[in-house]
Amino acid sequence: MSAITQTVLDAKIPPGPLAEKWDNHKASVKLVSPANKRKYTIIVVGTGLAGASAAATLGELGYNVLNFCIQDTPRRAHSVAAQGGINAAKNYQNDGDSVYRLFYDTIKGGDYRAREANVYRLAQLSNNIIDQAVAQGVPFAREYGGVLANRSFGGAQVSRTFYARGQTGQQLLLGAYSALMRQVDAGRVKLFPRREMLDVVIIDGRARGIICRNLVTGELEAYAGDAVCLATGGYSTVFFLSTNAVNSNATAIWRAYKKGAMFGNPCFTQIHPTCLPEAGAGQSKLTLMSESLRNDGRVWVPKKKGDTRPPEQIPEDERDYYLERRYPAFGNLVPRDIASRAAKAVCDEGYGVGATGRAVYLDFSEAIQRLGVDVIRERYGNLFAMYHEITGEDPYKVPMRIYPAPHYTMGGLWVDYNLMTTIPGLYALGEANFSDHGANRLGASALMQGLADGYFVIPVTIGDFLATHRPDGLKTDHPAFKEAMRGVEDQVKRLLSINGKKTVREYWWELGRIMWDYVGMSRNEQGLKKAISDIRALREQYWKDVKVPGSAADLNKSLELAGRVADFLELGELMAMDALDRAESCGGHFREEYQTPDGEALRRDDEFCHVSVWEYKGEGNEPVRHKEPLVFEYAKPSQRSYK
Amino acid sequence: MKYHLRIWRQAGPDKPGRFEDYTVDNIAPDMSFLEMLDVLNEQLTKEGKEPVAFDSDCREGICGMCGLVIDGMAHGPRRLTTTCELRMRHFPDGATITVEPFRADAFPIIKDLCVDRSALDRIIQAGGYISVNTGSAPDANAIPVPKPIAEEAMDAAACIGCGACVAACPNASAALFTGAKISQLALLPQGHPERERRVNRMVAQMDLEGFGSCSNHGECEAACPKGISIMNIARMRREFIRAGVRGA
Repeated sequence: MSAITQTVLDAKIPPGPLAEKWDNHKASVKLVSPANKRKYTIIVVGTGLAGASAAATLGELGYNVLNFCIQDTPRRAHSVAAQGGINAAKNYQNDGDSVYRLFYDTIKGGDYRAREANVYRLAQLSNNIIDQAVAQGVPFAREYGGVLANRSFGGAQVSRTFYARGQTGQQLLLGAYSALMRQVDAGRVKLFPRREMLDVVIIDGRARGIICRNLVTGELEAYAGDAVCLATGGYSTVFFLSTNAVNSNATAIWRAYKKGAMFGNPCFTQIHPTCLPEAGAGQSKLTLMSESLRNDGRVWVPKKKGDTRPPEQIPEDERDYYLERRYPAFGNLVPRDIASRAAKAVCDEGYGVGATGRAVYLDFSEAIQRLGVDVIRERYGNLFAMYHEITGEDPYKVPMRIYPAPHYTMGGLWVDYNLMTTIPGLYALGEANFSDHGANRLGASALMQGLADGYFVIPVTIGDFLATHRPDGLKTDHPAFKEAMRGVEDQVKRLLSINGKKTVREYWWELGRIMWDYVGMSRNEQGLKKAISDIRALREQYWKDVKVPGSAADLNKSLELAGRVADFLELGELMAMDALDRAESCGGHFREEYQTPDGEALRRDDEFCHVSVWEYKGEGNEPVRHKEPLVFEYAKPSQRSYK
Repeated sequence: MKYHLRIWRQAGPDKPGRFEDYTVDNIAPDMSFLEMLDVLNEQLTKEGKEPVAFDSDCREGICGMCGLVIDGMAHGPRRLTTTCELRMRHFPDGATITVEPFRADAFPIIKDLCVDRSALDRIIQAGGYISVNTGSAPDANAIPVPKPIAEEAMDAAACIGCGACVAACPNASAALFTGAKISQLALLPQGHPERERRVNRMVAQMDLEGFGSCSNHGECEAACPKGISIMNIARMRREFIRAGVRGA
């Protein structure tokens, strides 16, 4: 690997004490006057929690906003699928929570690979998000007295999670969507559904627009603006099987990367511990069961290898409750990365259950005995019903079988404190950026970050940029748009003309296997090198042998997928390179060579206390790795212990 | 397992449509209905034919993107189940299954099984929100909401906007969809300042989009994958009359 460290990136963290940085920053940024805001056009790509909240809020401020999504309506973005809840440091339960504690838990949970100033701001804004959502009519769970209810969530020792049954993501998204539709009604936001962004247009080093494919007519369309915000989510679908929606993809951020936006920590992926195990061929996705199940479910495997007896016939003393055994303090509630790795370890050793041996039991019998079946039904009824419908088994009677699955990507486009990428005027929000979760994200924190970025951060920071970049009446007849459009058109034509033997889906599946086997839950030097060469070979074959039916002149789902898989075939390689370069274990990134004697992740703070930031150097050239050093002034790095 | 499929194919909005017959084999009982269609599409691609266009995204019953009429029923024969959650074990081996798009004047066909449901967005745009700018909210616990009211609002808010209610209704009415949103916001104190304007505008938009009137068949509730009750239609009517009486 010829990756060499060049520049050190400046995150533009405001001066002053941690608790005052955001307030100081707000007080010092430049402002755009209310009368001038309508003269600026802001492009927002994506309508999930980050995109919809940003577009709505920027519209409220008076900017002219163009908002794009690949679905038929903004309300379907994948944020809708988040189940468990959203964290906030309200301390309504009087259990000792505070902004500082939420900040500290998030930094520690991220295994000391996140930026302190960003995380502190996130914890501060968490409270405003709850206020805003309630004012919008989001029907959070409540107590009989009418106040909001809370629950505890994996990896936290306070009850700070707000929830709306098992549909918190849906309800928060519908809140943001309603705010967005209000701005559409007011004429300040124009919606462009069924559009896929295929390139970002750069003029004089600044992001000035995008190229989209209209997914209904097939036409390529150009849009110009004064700034571009990407809120297009994560890239877990690079694994083919993941808990993400089947259309979730990396194309927008990947094409921005290839235009010069650097990529932060691409190898940091989260494998969620409580998902339904793989069932067989033809499967298109893995279903997540909320982590809240671990509050009452006990995880176990048989003590005997290859024990094929049905679970109810395995006596208590022949069961290994391995999380409770290894982590007595946190037990079944250890953070996600630890729970996932432990499940993989017991299955690798031959203790796994179910037809494939790649599953562990999540058992509610003890909780049902202790609390009664009604309480369990009230808490998890919808999840139990979902499990029953999918597997045909009744979890009230038989333990669930679960296994980890790719779920979230902490990596993403590198952004500074203002959420700006390394391309001036190009911003990345929510899961699309790398910023707040370090090497592992805590439960109920994704919703919080998406909404903090969209409702509260970008409306402040984008003004600071726009104030010094006055509108210049740029139109899409500028040659840069024509050139970007030609590039996109060439790729579309090329994909359709190959007419090979294997389908796009077959390539995607093969890539997913490589990623899962070598760039998944545990990684080593040899495997990563193999992954890099296998992905290169697969990519070469793809461009010679893929079969994309239909034409570019109408709705063509195979063509949409073909472009996305082409990008995954490049991104997968970068993830493997980053994992190889990061010769330490931290959070969800577990390098087998770097572990403590009892098998826990071994960080190497002396060498890797930084963000790895990758710069694209053109097709066929190795990317270059830069660094953003991480400085911990408040939360001093220590080895995470959940024992 | 093996299935014979009769699927609606239509090249574009103004093109004529027709049923075409296909056969798929080696389908596992735990496969979802859409995974079965994935198998068909892979097969068609390999044969050099154009795959069947259908919409889907989350494949776990929450995004509302998928929706097919299966053997005459919106989202198929299982109650409280979206098309993506429907498993093949509910269809006998060797069965012939008819697959159509959601049909309604207000949902024009785009291609094959994909329809344009943007009319539902325009109904929300007409008032399915509470007007509160970011940053102006009071502390969340400053607005107490009794638990039973919050639960009822949540029942209505669970709508995923799939449009099955419209597809199932003999009049292609969007009353359940519209009523659910009006209900949610009328139940909550936060929604009260705008309740008259909201119901008037949303109902007017629903009519403008070409949805039919509700004549109490109740098919919408039976087809709804989230079990949204037709009580919400009753509440919408009450809100509408209330707004009229108050002269809003």
